[in-house]
Amino acid sequence: MSAKGTGMRRPYRRPMDGWWRKNPYFVEYMIHEATALFVALYALILLAGVVCLAQGRAAWDGWVGWITSPLSILLHVVILIAFAYHAWSWFHIMPRTLPPMHAGGKRVAGATITRAGLVAAVASSALVLLIAWGVAR
Amino acid sequence: MSGGMKTIEIEVLRYIPEDEEQPYHQTFVVPYTDDMSVLQGLQHIKDEIDGTLSYRWSCRMAICGSCGMMINGVPKLACSTFLRDYPGKVRVEALNHFPIERDLVIEMDDFVDKLERIKPYIIEKAPKPLSEGEHLQTPAQVEAYEQFSACINCLLCYAACPQYGLNPKFLGPAATALLHRYNMDSRDQGSAERMPHAHDEDGVFNCTAVGYCSEVCPKKVDPANAVNINKSESAKDYFLRFIAPRGAPKGAAE
Repeated sequence: MSAKGTGMRRPYRRPMDGWWRKNPYFVEYMIHEATALFVALYALILLAGVVCLAQGRAAWDGWVGWITSPLSILLHVVILIAFAYHAWSWFHIMPRTLPPMHAGGKRVAGATITRAGLVAAVASSALVLLIAWGVAR
Repeated sequence: MSGGMKTIEIEVLRYIPEDEEQPYHQTFVVPYTDDMSVLQGLQHIKDEIDGTLSYRWSCRMAICGSCGMMINGVPKLACSTFLRDYPGKVRVEALNHFPIERDLVIEMDDFVDKLERIKPYIIEKAPKPLSEGEHLQTPAQVEAYEQFSACINCLLCYAACPQYGLNPKFLGPAATALLHRYNMDSRDQGSAERMPHAHDEDGVFNCTAVGYCSEVCPKKVDPANAVNINKSESAKDYFLRFIAPRGAPKGAAE
């Protein structure tokens, strides 16, 4: 390696500009990462509700008024789609992030982990929806 | 070659440092048969059309890890990728994220340095004397590291890792997979010497779980898994210091 940087050697480093547009896998990764912003946005919407509740009746009614407006419902539909994609892609990568798990002496397959995660997400969402419905009735 | 032979355009990213400032594309028309690999296409170019074309290769059977390159933008071994799967035209470039030495040859010094750093060999605190016989391992103990030991250092995973491209100091997929391979081996006691490289600023936390490294691995190693398991290990190590101060027996952690 003593020739490094001398003589004819002139290693060329390619730029990384626009790297994520060059491969469909990276585009999907960026969409996954971007949908996390909608998760954060929804947390802020709920937080605003809590702050309005603490400020008294008028502020709370104002927040409820906004949350039930057509614009807010449209935004909620967009957020729901982003959430669904985020959950799907998050559980898709999950088997790669967990230490190996064993059941009945065999390693649990990645697809099983993904499926279990999705089922848990759907079941817990349904449970929250049921409770909210029960409270609202 | 017979008159009825099919041809394919092979577009190669050339870089000749003594003649050109920058890499450029050059297209060659190559006759091929369905059993020809991309590597054989390149060999045809070198033997019959342009002897100056440079690329690395050795075994021709996906075990030496020399012929990694970008094939239509995807990191692949040229020897196990077939021309028939790219009707009409195929684009071949040096592995992404590495400096190009010449044509399809990359400069891999960075990886070799990292490989050396993680001590990819079994470290025994007190070597077992021969008189005590061989090291026995249960199937479960072998399974803990076996898939990671299949790594052939072909560097496709580095070419698949945008975080490595953005920060070449990142330890990266294969070096972490091999760090994990030896840490998980029941014959090894070298974890404490390797883990500082996982904890490091340029260690496992540079990974953002893109996961493409594991997708492109030609040997079905799951480097993303090794990196992410070691994120947990690194976090555990950090927080456990508050409960079990340094210097306390570490055997309990196993």
